[in-house]
Amino acid sequence: MLIRKATDIHSSEITPKEAFFDRRKFVVGAASLGVGAIAASRISAVLSPGTSVMADEALKTVASKYTVSDAQTPFAKATHYNNFYEYGTDKSDPGRNAHTLHTRPWTVQVTGMVKKPQTVNIDDLMKYRPIESRVYRHRCVEAWSMVIPWDGYSLSEFINFCQPLPSAKYVQFFSLVDKKQMPDLPGGYDWPYREGLRMDEAMNPLTLLTFGCYGNVLPNQNGAPVRIVTPWKYGFKNGKSIVRFHFTDKQPQTTWNEISSQEYGFYSNVNPNVDHPRWSQGHERRIDSSVFPKTVPTLMFNGYGDQVASMYNGMDLKKFY
Amino acid sequence: MPNRLIPYVKAVVHLLCLVPLALLLYRFKQDNLGADPVNTITHFTGDWTIYLLLISLAVTPVRRLHAKLSNLIRFRRMLGLYAFFYATLHLATYVFLFSGYDVPTAIAGVKAGHLGEIVTQFKLVWPTMWDDILQRRFIQVGFAAWVILLALAVTSPQFVLRAMGGKNWQRLHRLVYVAAFLGVVHFWWLVKAGVRTPWKDTAVLMLLLLARLAYTAWKRRRSSKTAARMPVSASRT
Repeated sequence: MLIRKATDIHSSEITPKEAFFDRRKFVVGAASLGVGAIAASRISAVLSPGTSVMADEALKTVASKYTVSDAQTPFAKATHYNNFYEYGTDKSDPGRNAHTLHTRPWTVQVTGMVKKPQTVNIDDLMKYRPIESRVYRHRCVEAWSMVIPWDGYSLSEFINFCQPLPSAKYVQFFSLVDKKQMPDLPGGYDWPYREGLRMDEAMNPLTLLTFGCYGNVLPNQNGAPVRIVTPWKYGFKNGKSIVRFHFTDKQPQTTWNEISSQEYGFYSNVNPNVDHPRWSQGHERRIDSSVFPKTVPTLMFNGYGDQVASMYNGMDLKKFY
Repeated sequence: MPNRLIPYVKAVVHLLCLVPLALLLYRFKQDNLGADPVNTITHFTGDWTIYLLLISLAVTPVRRLHAKLSNLIRFRRMLGLYAFFYATLHLATYVFLFSGYDVPTAIAGVKAGHLGEIVTQFKLVWPTMWDDILQRRFIQVGFAAWVILLALAVTSPQFVLRAMGGKNWQRLHRLVYVAAFLGVVHFWWLVKAGVRTPWKDTAVLMLLLLARLAYTAWKRRRSSKTAARMPVSASRT
């Protein structure tokens, strides 16, 4: 049962409605002023009203010990450089197109090897546990990386709520697929987008059930209203806009693994010693506030080895990439 | 086109070919190259290499359409040279920005009077680059295409043509088809599985090659007809 605690009440619920909507107006006004001032910049232009970036709702968050001190990627870059193929295969497409995604009403199904299959409402899901603000390194398989403040709580909390059977060994998650909300859904892919984790990986406290970033609810292009963030794995392991969690005893099929298994393994741990067939994974372009991203060496498990390496003891990570 | 206009048109073509570069520099100045400028610059210079190669390959089929278009040939060499220019920028992007070459440190070194810093930094990334050249087929075909364009560029001056002799020169310069083909293959092998972005470039290249095949077939048929009608002149050839 999703029991509401006093600390879980939304700031939007506390704020008087008039004041809340005024605040929105204020944000829109400020953004359009900004656009006038720096119209030539594409990043500022996308902040204009009507596009999906208009983050609506601030989240009430608590601090977290799972926070790195690396310089953060600016919000505009993290929200306009996205791989969300349902909204186009170019990284600038989702920021332009994802405004057609409707995040309410939204439910998340729990299916498979659980005591009781059920459907959870997104607003209940968001109130289930205090939302922590965690700053994670995010490494893309394409050799760029960001540092993003995500807001959510450990997926393990939700998995405990789901009550999986002891026989469940994996959890698979499914993203939304809806031609109406995704008019340019590319052909040639077997939608919906599927990803999955071994149960111990899913239960690792680092694995974040994510509802927001930068203190606001997730912008659509970043996987609103709920996504997974697994910071020691390449970004594509992190399913966006999730509609279903499925518990199973077999290693689930995952989208990129299905498309090209020699390039995208099931584990997809960040590993500088296992090259992508088309480029080295030994370094990454760290996207921060500078014009040209600095190239930095890639760390094993993206630098989260202390917390996660023990889960892979005895496994040949070149074989299980 | 009257011959006396050609120098002016050439100036215009020069300017047009430099517009993409100017646009790129303008976007850089405006800090408008997106979140990952290295990625943007790599794709931009690569795209324009292929565009200019395709435009230069289009010259011949277009000029065959009408006698008045025949002096378009005067622009083909410069279009090809601009394709090589953008290909070289593309390669430089790979070497200095993509590979992990530490440009700021190299610049700081040069400013401090240590010219050797340029080489020192290169030595640091060379193992990765060598790895790429040995292992990655999309880099191999891309590099091969650049080498071909380099060969065509250095043999492009008139005096080299004369020194080589027309036949040899033409044989070498037919490699431009190979370069364009490798360029498109490079593009296909680079994109992720399922992405179809290179299909437009591929379609245009195929169209241009088909136009040539069709023209050759048409000419052969015409000349055989002519030969049938005029056996005397045919026997002379």
